[in-house]
Amino acid sequence: MTDLATHPPRGLGDRLTDIFWRRPNLLLLLLLAPPLLWLGVVYLGSLFALLLQSFYSIDEFSGLVVHEFTLKTYLELLRPSNFDVILRTVAMAAAVTVGCVIIAFPIAYYAARYARGKWKAAFYLGAMLPLWSSYLVKVYAWKLILAKEGIITWAAEGIGASAILNAILAIPVIGGNSLSTSYIGTWIVFVYVWIPYMILPMQASLERVPVSMLEASSDLGASAGQTLRSVILPLALPGVIAGSIFTFSLTLGDYIIPQIVGTSRLFIGQAVYTLQGTAGNIPLAAAFAVVPIVVMLVYLAVAKRLGAFDAL
Amino acid sequence: MTSAVEFRGVSRHFGSVRAVDGVNLSIAEGSFFAMLGPSGSGKTTCLRLISGFEAPTSGEIRIFGENSGNVPPNRRNVNTVFQDYALFPHMNVRDNVAYGLMVRGVDKRSRHARADEMLALVKLDAYGDRKPGQLSGGQRQRVALARALVNEPKVLLLDEPLGALDLKLREAMQDELKALQRRLGITFVFVTHDQGEALSMADQVAVFANGKVAQVGSPAEIYERPATRFVADFVGSSNVLPPEVSRRFGGPDAWSSLRPEQVRLVTSGGVAAVAGTARYLGAGTRLIAHLDGLADGEVSLILPPGVAAPAPGTAIALEAMPGAIHAMAGTA
Repeated sequence: MTDLATHPPRGLGDRLTDIFWRRPNLLLLLLLAPPLLWLGVVYLGSLFALLLQSFYSIDEFSGLVVHEFTLKTYLELLRPSNFDVILRTVAMAAAVTVGCVIIAFPIAYYAARYARGKWKAAFYLGAMLPLWSSYLVKVYAWKLILAKEGIITWAAEGIGASAILNAILAIPVIGGNSLSTSYIGTWIVFVYVWIPYMILPMQASLERVPVSMLEASSDLGASAGQTLRSVILPLALPGVIAGSIFTFSLTLGDYIIPQIVGTSRLFIGQAVYTLQGTAGNIPLAAAFAVVPIVVMLVYLAVAKRLGAFDAL
Repeated sequence: MTSAVEFRGVSRHFGSVRAVDGVNLSIAEGSFFAMLGPSGSGKTTCLRLISGFEAPTSGEIRIFGENSGNVPPNRRNVNTVFQDYALFPHMNVRDNVAYGLMVRGVDKRSRHARADEMLALVKLDAYGDRKPGQLSGGQRQRVALARALVNEPKVLLLDEPLGALDLKLREAMQDELKALQRRLGITFVFVTHDQGEALSMADQVAVFANGKVAQVGSPAEIYERPATRFVADFVGSSNVLPPEVSRRFGGPDAWSSLRPEQVRLVTSGGVAAVAGTARYLGAGTRLIAHLDGLADGEVSLILPPGVAAPAPGTAIALEAMPGAIHAMAGTA
């Protein structure tokens, strides 16, 4: 034992600890530098390159990219054939989001309010399970399920519900020859594939609503419906918005599901895929790729203005 | 006169747990009624039975004479101030207070006017536009109070209303609640585990133990004449005297209670004892005395301010004030 109240550093570990203790920000910097570099250079860098490409245009005769800034490519997005692709994709993303909200809510509510112990574990497993298998496998499985010769048609015949199925398929625009070649089919598969991303944040936000708040609402005279509208939904809104960011943006960018299930009309993702590949029109592909980003920014701005984040 | 709330043989069992077990109670209209007891004694369940968040397993709860067993909380003219206040975080203070009117379909202008009146009543006029998150604990408590009163309930229930406040604020709120209750004339029923709070605020106190009511009475009755040993122990810090000790002090030949402040030191006569440890309390000194020749003859007494505590081990003599010893039911 020495008489000193402190002892000199023993080795490298102590010396490093000394440095970090004196400069706590240094440790933070070391921890954040790698992810920030990744995000800054690789992600934002490529996003910037994309943005840059979208301001170039393509020479109609030579098919070469003209490296001069112009808004010509963006104007091209407004051409009916291109604009239809945008409208179709945004409408599908919105429909998928609404479908996910409606289906996810009761599940999330049950999990947040009633599930305990092993039922809670079963819920997490059930919500996550679809994410474990390959995306392509799930989509192809759905193609078979929805096909004209598939289990749904067969089951509908079996229980004598063919008329209902045919009536649904007869709806103009969203109907079609069979579920697997209609927008309804595309929508079903999108909802199935993205719903875990809606359930989990929704459940997290519902879990933070204390029971006493629901009791207070009832105590003050609110019916169950009024409590749902005035207390539960507003408080669950941040979770719904978080979930919708996933379902909305994932649908906006997907190019595989609409290619396998649905009509052969293009969605934004497919347009980008074709334009940058076979067509070799990188500027237009880039301009198309900017669309989902702009749509998401507008969506979030509107959500913020409507007070969706007030309960955060 | 009909009672504001009446419990007739009410029980509430959760599986094998008897949270409330055969309670009979009658709460007079316009009274300030306290349900006092340790946690798990059934007092909060009783409150929830009145508000309708729990239904009795057996028995009947009558609110102003009406059997309300099958009426859900939203159709009872009873409002609650929740322990955690349960203010809606996404609404401002005014909308929180106006909530009860909003769900009843009162138009915006009148319900806001009424909410502002209620806020004035609890002295928060200037806070209508704030969010609950921007208020202090005491202010939130007042908002919860205003929100519960806006519907003009026939009975106001308060679940540990002052539990989350610091001591000073708690005392101020005690006076304020009491004054408010007198002014409005509404029956207040509040649950607390703090005997000081129950005794100082209530007109009537029910002491709960293990799902049953151990004693009901005015604060003075509860404090001075505890019916059972549990009440004597729980309310304040009474001396519980075994029969032989009671006899020495000239009391009955039964288990009895004796308040420490009703015991004094005397210079001649009295019961012989030896001074034990002393604890300075500010408003007096608590002294533990051991009676001569008895293993469990420990008595605590409060010496008035200015009287020095005798050194431990000194021989002293004690005397109980006349009428201070009360026999209790049951015992050991």
